[in-house]
Amino acid sequence: MPVQPFGYVNLLEASNLKLTRQERVLFEALSFTAAPGSLVVVEGANGAGKTSLLRILAGLTPAEEGDVRWRGREIRGCRSAFNAEFAYVGHGLGVKLNLTPEENLQVVGGLTAGGNASVDHALDRLALSAHAAVRCAQLSAGQRRKVALARLLIRDARLWILDEPYTALDRATIETVDGMIRAHLAAGGVAVMTSHQTVGLDAANRHRIRLGDD
Amino acid sequence: MTEPRTLHAFLVIVRRDLMLANRSRAEALNPVLFFVLVTALYPLAVSAAPDTLRMLAPGIIWVSALLASLLSLDSMFRTDFEDGTLEQLATAPHPLPVLVLAKVLSHWAVSALPLVIVSPLLALLMNYPAHAIPQLAATLLLGTPVISGLGAIGVALTVGVNRGGVLLSLLILPLYVPVLIFGAGAAAAAASDLPIGGHLQLLAAMSLLAMTLAPLAAAAAVRISLE
Repeated sequence: MPVQPFGYVNLLEASNLKLTRQERVLFEALSFTAAPGSLVVVEGANGAGKTSLLRILAGLTPAEEGDVRWRGREIRGCRSAFNAEFAYVGHGLGVKLNLTPEENLQVVGGLTAGGNASVDHALDRLALSAHAAVRCAQLSAGQRRKVALARLLIRDARLWILDEPYTALDRATIETVDGMIRAHLAAGGVAVMTSHQTVGLDAANRHRIRLGDD
Repeated sequence: MTEPRTLHAFLVIVRRDLMLANRSRAEALNPVLFFVLVTALYPLAVSAAPDTLRMLAPGIIWVSALLASLLSLDSMFRTDFEDGTLEQLATAPHPLPVLVLAKVLSHWAVSALPLVIVSPLLALLMNYPAHAIPQLAATLLLGTPVISGLGAIGVALTVGVNRGGVLLSLLILPLYVPVLIFGAGAAAAAASDLPIGGHLQLLAAMSLLAMTLAPLAAAAAVRISLE
């Protein structure tokens, strides 16, 4: 199939992924594709390999077998092009405790050419404006996660990879995050996420990947 | 989306790391405190005879500086690894070696530059000839970037290992031998009024080499540690 960087039907394609940990096969022959506007929800018990799968999709961990393609190209072969289009919120939040939320987001903006206007907007959207000048060390777990999620509004990424985004969030914030994801999908983005909670998102193009049921 | 500017990203990381160091000043002062204490203990333990001290000064100052730098190396990537910031850097749309170089340089400025600055004081304490003090500081100024650069590779490799400290020392210390020999040798030569231009040029060459090549290796090591 000829590779077309734009207008390619599937943005993200995983084919035949396999991962073994401690001589246990967590998953193999795992394949899926995600067209613009798709939401991929990865489900499974603790230790089923959800985080590992997300790290493979993010290009952080190599898969034992199979490959991950973005716009038809292997992600580890076009890392900077891929990185420019994707944002990752993982277990480690990537939030510096000795910086304020505003400073944390300014660093993100500086790394991705987002302006300070979008920092203010992101703080506002996640109701962090009141704490913008407090060091993250003094914020609650939920508030720190909000700082990490605010990155999504600054990065302008086409692919979101979210590992348990709802952990420690209150109901109002979960709704805000759902709204962010819906808007992202409506704009033609792709989101891949894990969650123990039933995801209250009813995207038209929703895939479910269940790990550890074999 | 505007083109992400890599130089800007470099400066953002340097600024962020300096800001973080400024906010945990006590930790940032550790290496320099260690350097001063170790050097100050030698006259008490070995001999306070001015001639003995004068002879030992270059070696003691260099070894203490080396160990002080080695102690502070672990902090280069540790917190970033633990809080997930390193993953964010590895998935940022910039070449990772450039961001690693930013971290290495800011780490050098915070932990090694203060050693260079206090070294004249310690030189006086050790009865090192006053007229050669600028040369001694120059050897440290040109030699410490090698310590930070090579150290970055070792730290990046061991950051995923629990208590990687011992492993790090075993891995990195042998690589420091050349810079120690030339650095301490130059400082000793300067004390005897010998020309040290050659030594300094070699140290400068090692520094340039470490600062250009080490970030490439360290970035590759960071990717391995994140796997």
